Amino acid sequence: MIWNPHYESMEREKLIKIQSERLCELVDRVYRKVPFYRKRMDEKGVKPRDIDHISNITKLPFLTKDDMRDVYPFKLLAVDPIDIVEVHTSSGTTGKPVVDAYTRQDIAIWSEAMARTLAMGDTSRTDSVHNAYGYGLFTGGLGVHYGARLIGANVIPISGGNTARQLAILQDFKSTVLTCTPSYSLYLAEVAGEQGLDFKNMSLRVGLFGAEPWSEGMRREIESKLHLKALDIYGLTEIIGPGVSSECEYQDGLHICEDLFYPEIVNPQTGEVLPDGEKGELVITTLTKQGTPVLRYRTRDITYLNHEPCRCGRTAVRMHRLLGRTDDMLIIRGVNVFPSQIEEVLLRIEGIEPHYQLVIDRREQLDNLEVLVEMNEKLFSDEIKNLERFEQEISEGLFAALGIHTRVKLVEPKSIPRSEGKAKRVVDKRQL
Amino acid sequence: MTLKQISVFLENKKGRLAEVTGLIAAEKINIRALSLADTTDFGVLRLIVNDPDKCFDVLKKNNFVAQQTDVIAVEVSDEPGGLQKILDVFNDNDVNIEYMYAFVEKKSDNAIVIFRIDQPDRAIEVLEKNKITVLSSEIINKL
Repeated sequence: MIWNPHYESMEREKLIKIQSERLCELVDRVYRKVPFYRKRMDEKGVKPRDIDHISNITKLPFLTKDDMRDVYPFKLLAVDPIDIVEVHTSSGTTGKPVVDAYTRQDIAIWSEAMARTLAMGDTSRTDSVHNAYGYGLFTGGLGVHYGARLIGANVIPISGGNTARQLAILQDFKSTVLTCTPSYSLYLAEVAGEQGLDFKNMSLRVGLFGAEPWSEGMRREIESKLHLKALDIYGLTEIIGPGVSSECEYQDGLHICEDLFYPEIVNPQTGEVLPDGEKGELVITTLTKQGTPVLRYRTRDITYLNHEPCRCGRTAVRMHRLLGRTDDMLIIRGVNVFPSQIEEVLLRIEGIEPHYQLVIDRREQLDNLEVLVEMNEKLFSDEIKNLERFEQEISEGLFAALGIHTRVKLVEPKSIPRSEGKAKRVVDKRQL
Repeated sequence: MTLKQISVFLENKKGRLAEVTGLIAAEKINIRALSLADTTDFGVLRLIVNDPDKCFDVLKKNNFVAQQTDVIAVEVSDEPGGLQKILDVFNDNDVNIEYMYAFVEKKSDNAIVIFRIDQPDRAIEVLEKNKITVLSSEIINKL
């Protein structure tokens, strides 16, 4: 179901006109109201009158994650503080958190974007949405909540944690839509298995999973274990939270709400804008946001765009599911490695479950990448040679994909820590 | 007349073997024979016990990866050349041994050898043709 066909299936020409109008208005507004943006634009020698079309967006300066920390907490505010009705932040695990301040209209925009997202999974008034994203400063919980409320679905605001209770509620309330991180969905399946519960007997139809990168292999795993259709959703605190883009039922790229969030792909080194199909860093401009508007934010997420209309009837541009992040890119012996590449190799091998961890160490000036893979009954053999052959198969697969040698280590089941939020895949022990 | 052997995946970490034997002891399961094959990072523990089904359940319940495999137990006279006789039979009949381990019987002068073979039924057939006794699980449990 398309929630808002007017915008989601709009002709390109009309859309460009709207994007252009919104950008002009936005640039004019932030230049007047946010000293930070005025200074940045002045430094670049750009005035609001230079921006009269969306294609001029490339004249504007970028905004980086470091900038976001410098403006902490409220230096991006473009409205009177009295108009702010809600604030969210990122977790701040890597430094000062990023602050997103919403006006009443921003909450309405967010609700609209999330209603579009939920509708991609055919969510309607008849559905019950089991929302296991965390409620609080994190945007996941309330983002889904607002979207489901706008649709008129029944929201079960269970938030994260207490997995046993989650399963009981899922079963008893017959929820049809599940929202959480992809790694948590697999944890739910694992705990269900231990308790003798089968997702076959639950009513779940679709799951909207995001907040961390995941792979096609993991999708297959989730779909077969939870007996639902797994859709990838994308968003970030800096922009609005979840609701920036989402997969439709064809699972072939995530439709961006581009009347609200204008996407560009740039070369992460040079900042040069790249054409459709070329991989680079996603850059987003919030065309309509009032509280803390964002001009050309460098998301550090790697993807590419596809403007072809989709079979679902939407014309909104699609971004490929995240291929990695410029900042979780590991440099091992000089080679760029994304954890998602490793996951892709592992999950192609029959029997491997998505429980793995990458440990990087430096011995005698040389980086070592160790890939821990959990043993399970499907993989186990009483003969050592079979287990060693299996380690070798993984190692060769990784070498073919990455071009570096890795050490594969089989570990006991459930020895890799499970997460109720974002999975911790990488342990970097190097002291650089 | 094969026996059920339990094999368990163990990481090379302190106390893991003791944890397995502890679980088995707590269930009053008796270990008749065992062998541990190891590499740098992990090992595979193979056990012959008096109650393989129960042993398998206990291990699984405690999150160990375990497997049941059919193996053959053969009585070998505890004297020079005793094992040779059996290996010759396997060799002459192209029966390939994956691995083996032995233990000495208390109540007689014989040793018992456990063989893991790809096609155990064929192995039993050639052994019996050569008048070598293959032991049943009942006999092993009574020893």
